[in-house]
Amino acid sequence: MNQPLMVTAAQRAGTKVTICVGVVILAVLIALPLMSLLPESNSLQVSAYTLTLVGKILCYAIVALALDLVWGYAGLLSLGHGLFFALGGYAMGMYLMREASGDSLPAFMTFLSWTELPWYWVGTEHFLWAMCLVVLAPGLLALVFGFFAFRSRIKGVYFSIMTQALTFAGMLLFFRNETGFGGNNGFTNFRSILGFSITSQGTRAVLFLLTVVLLVGSLFVGWRLARSKFGRVLTAVRDAENRLMFCGYDPRGFKLFVWVLSAVLCGLAGALYVPQVGIINPSEMSPTNSIEAAVWVALGGRGTLIGPLLGAGLVNGMKSWFTVAFPEYWLFFLGALFIVVTLYLPKGVIGLIKKRGEQ
Amino acid sequence: MKSTPTPAFDPVLDSTPHPNSDIGTSRDAIGLGQVVGEGLNTLHGTILSLEHISVSFDGFKALNDLHLYIGVGELRCIIGPNGAGKTTLMDVITGKTRPSHGTAWFGETLDLTKMSEVQIAQAGIGRKFQKPTVFEALSVFENLELAQKTDKSVWASLRAKLNGEQRDRIDEVLETIRLTSSMSRPAGLLSHGQKQFLEIGMLLVQDPQLLLLDEPVAGMTDAETEFTAELFKSLAGKHSLMVVEHDMGFVGTIADHVTVLHQGSVLAEGSLEEVQADERVIEVYLGR
Repeated sequence: MNQPLMVTAAQRAGTKVTICVGVVILAVLIALPLMSLLPESNSLQVSAYTLTLVGKILCYAIVALALDLVWGYAGLLSLGHGLFFALGGYAMGMYLMREASGDSLPAFMTFLSWTELPWYWVGTEHFLWAMCLVVLAPGLLALVFGFFAFRSRIKGVYFSIMTQALTFAGMLLFFRNETGFGGNNGFTNFRSILGFSITSQGTRAVLFLLTVVLLVGSLFVGWRLARSKFGRVLTAVRDAENRLMFCGYDPRGFKLFVWVLSAVLCGLAGALYVPQVGIINPSEMSPTNSIEAAVWVALGGRGTLIGPLLGAGLVNGMKSWFTVAFPEYWLFFLGALFIVVTLYLPKGVIGLIKKRGEQ
Repeated sequence: MKSTPTPAFDPVLDSTPHPNSDIGTSRDAIGLGQVVGEGLNTLHGTILSLEHISVSFDGFKALNDLHLYIGVGELRCIIGPNGAGKTTLMDVITGKTRPSHGTAWFGETLDLTKMSEVQIAQAGIGRKFQKPTVFEALSVFENLELAQKTDKSVWASLRAKLNGEQRDRIDEVLETIRLTSSMSRPAGLLSHGQKQFLEIGMLLVQDPQLLLLDEPVAGMTDAETEFTAELFKSLAGKHSLMVVEHDMGFVGTIADHVTVLHQGSVLAEGSLEEVQADERVIEVYLGR
């Protein structure tokens, strides 16, 4: 309010540019699936490969946004968000496996010569129940974990280590055949979803559009949260939790709310990821995946809403090019990227852009 | 001094007002024209009663059988050499540290030793830290908005919107702490003295019945110190204040009552002249 007019004007111009860029990107994202429906002879046709790749990156972008809500705003660095993503994916996968196997048991169970479904598979042939599981599995786990972690006032690096251990434990559990989720092969060979063939161009286009809708929805929720008093309380939790308590706020409830919300968003992203990519296995829970998600957020700029989306897009774009061009060096490059960002871009790419804008 | 305590009620759950049934008596008891807030029973004119408080850290007695009573509307200064237990005393009152012994009553009915930090803050005890602690990433205005007395639950915060009255109150406090022109600056960019004022402002909008202030004028210029003294004197009566301070000049300006702490217990109590004349105080505190 008391800033010099020039700065306000620059900010307004910045907002306009941001909105323009956002609208263009959204238009492209809506056009992509439609273009994939064109006949192959058409030069504008988008291949199934491209569509799947972009759809996958969009799912990752949702994870990055969800992670940023807890890390960037509330200061809780989770190195275990891959677990919530995978749980949502597995819940969707259960439905897809049941749909593929029809009345008989899913193929991997017949290999293990099981004769009946484990109790937790009951009802998964119904799409709606599977959707409930997509929300409930990551949501309840996050609720229970968060409740105890925040009650014991676990913070900082200890919190990060515990989330990392949690996802590692999840991975080991899901690797076991006895757990009933297909062991290290996970779920694959899906055929159809709600009766539509999963490989058809139409289904792919719809799944892609749903991912875009979820991304825009998450962005809207994040934006509303960040602008509300709740968002400011989260920032206060991050910067001076003690002061906040002496102001009369109980930080536990605030942390738990945003933590569970973030886990549910990850679960939904995982549920859209699985039918598009066609496979889910325990390696999605591996600690490196979750750490990579933290790299996306750090690179893009934490504490902003657009930053993590940019970060997820950039890193995954580079990854798909790098792993084709120099497959052996990708992890070195990723590590170097993280170091460079930490040392020279504390506010990420977004910080860099903002700085340019002000100059 | 103290009657049998009635069972503690939860001020958060129990929102029905418990008007002080005997304001007149308490006013006479302390001799100040104070107004007691609703929900706090201060029948005997004391807002805070600490009895037999002991705190030990690994065998070291930070507080040792301490007795302290603060009257409603009183402005009490606590002085004492380093390590006398002043900050630990504040920690005990705000629930950060649990005493190993003793009782701490807020009013006549709230047992502070059984309440959490958040409950104590909601019951009406505000605290300013020794090192100014504000929310650095938020603007000055937002700092005050968060501190303001209102429903502080998760659901309320999701839907919260400032009404005109609340906005006016924040503007008024901004005026009082002289930060109106910096209201949209991030609090992290303020000078040390301004942060001190912002934190005092946060206490004001929180509207507590008892304010605990740990070295409020550290790092302030003489003019700022003088202004703070005026501010505190105007607060006394409406609120009860407990100020820990090293600056004797400041203590002399504001205090009507001074408590000297030494090695975790009360060494002397009285007006500043009285305690300064006390032989024991001169010995331990003034180092003669």
